[in-house]
Amino acid sequence: MATQQSRSAARFMLAPAVILLLGWMLVPLIMTLWFSFRNYLPLRGGDLGWAGFDNYVRFINSSSFWPSVQTTLIIVGGVLFITIVLGVILALLLDQPMWGQGVVRILVIAPFFVMPTVSALVWKNMFMDPVNGLFAHIWKFFGAAPVEWLSQASMQSLILIVSWQWLPFATLILLTAVQSLDSEQLEAAEMDGAPFHSRFIYMILPHLARAITIVVLIQTIFLLSIFAEIFVTTGGAFGTRTLSYLIFQRVLESQNIGLGSAGGVYAIILANIVAIFLMRIVGKNLD
Amino acid sequence: MARAVTNNRKALNTAIAWSIGILIFFPILWTILTSFKTEAQAISDPPVFLFFDWTLENYTVVQERSNYMRFLWNSVVIAGGSTILGLIIAVPAAWSMAFVPSKRTKDILLWMLSTKMLPAVGVLYPIYLIFIKLGILDTRTGLVIVMMLINLPIIVWMLYTYFREIPVEILEASRMDGATLKEEIIHILTPMAVPGIASTMLLNFILAWNEAFWTLNLTAAKAAPLTAFIASYSSPEGLFYAKLSAASTMAIAPILILGWFSQKQLVRGLTFGAVK
Repeated sequence: MATQQSRSAARFMLAPAVILLLGWMLVPLIMTLWFSFRNYLPLRGGDLGWAGFDNYVRFINSSSFWPSVQTTLIIVGGVLFITIVLGVILALLLDQPMWGQGVVRILVIAPFFVMPTVSALVWKNMFMDPVNGLFAHIWKFFGAAPVEWLSQASMQSLILIVSWQWLPFATLILLTAVQSLDSEQLEAAEMDGAPFHSRFIYMILPHLARAITIVVLIQTIFLLSIFAEIFVTTGGAFGTRTLSYLIFQRVLESQNIGLGSAGGVYAIILANIVAIFLMRIVGKNLD
Repeated sequence: MARAVTNNRKALNTAIAWSIGILIFFPILWTILTSFKTEAQAISDPPVFLFFDWTLENYTVVQERSNYMRFLWNSVVIAGGSTILGLIIAVPAAWSMAFVPSKRTKDILLWMLSTKMLPAVGVLYPIYLIFIKLGILDTRTGLVIVMMLINLPIIVWMLYTYFREIPVEILEASRMDGATLKEEIIHILTPMAVPGIASTMLLNFILAWNEAFWTLNLTAAKAAPLTAFIASYSSPEGLFYAKLSAASTMAIAPILILGWFSQKQLVRGLTFGAVK
């Protein structure tokens, strides 16, 4: 079907996108790899020569490395758990007949469109502030002492903020999947007397498995690198320093480029492990 | 009888769903409400919900004090510019992969997707360095380029999935009638692809508008968009809730409205066509 001429035209049209992305991927990647093997301290003498694997070893052995990995895993795991459990419930609920479905959908989806710096700042000041925040008012109303959310319960607070941002995404995708369920089959099962929990476990959940997997993978990729939420709320203090925030601090705050780059290489490897699984699923869908 | 049960159940569904919807939306609602209060009312104990003296003062103060319009303009230029530039590059690429697929098309698509997964922080310093060398640190041009590059895979993917839905027979027929490649794209393809292109534009505009890693790290005073403007409202200004709320409302309002139109495209765009 395609002529020789249209093939070469096609290649020509594809080229700019491929070349740009190739450059965008390779140039910084090679530079990061290069820096990770150098003793590079821009403010303390610049490039001080070859470092071998020192930066890699030092990054892993530093006292902040393992806590940061732990923090990252808790945030990613916590947010995934909350958004998926609530997302499934919300998706099933929104699929039910009701009045004003469109409006409810809009209300539920809205947080996704709020820019991360706004949501972080609004939650931090207007809700979690220990003096004037809304939570403090509510706590006082019930006679309890207000909590200093972002220092005393920093991780829980952060997970709450990030979950609020990502719940709409999970809900929307799961809702799309729920809507493609065969409702006649479900009704038949209901008529045959199958209780809700067995319909849920044997019919709904298997149908949602694929959508859940995709939500997990995509959210993981974004959550591994959340930045603004931490930057605005705690600045990495009170045990909220994730791996990517630690790298950010090494690079920009302590200006240790070698060490930060070695950390960056670890982060890239970590993200790629997740990415491989996502690509398999997306790839299968392409055929 | 059956109908009555259905209606009861519908009422129950409605009540539960609306309560949850309002609960989830509440932080946004609260921000919008607070933006119309005076500072004293904004922190009053107990909090006032609706019955306060509505005022527009905060909006004028925010504009005067921090020059909101300049940040807004930066956001518009960065989000709009990167979306348009991205489309110019992505439309031909998506067209060629959708209509003249080769053995490598699938690999190229997946590879493009994989560039999106490179953690930004891992390449922060190289990009920073390149920006300094090229003299585009803290310029809108620099951010337009970065935003275009990080969103290019999504643009290509979305367009590809839309183009694939256009029946090839129509294109073949036009070729039989002697249409050149250029005519084919302008007269046949573009009109059919407009809805898809529009949704792609919308989603990418939203993503670029809200992006908060590169915008925070590659801008200072000149090119800072709204994400950075709000981040600068951290303490001590952040303690003026009414002004913080007014600034926040202005930063999110345009996107909330656009976002409501793009719900469906969101799923397609962010799952790379894996969930439809």
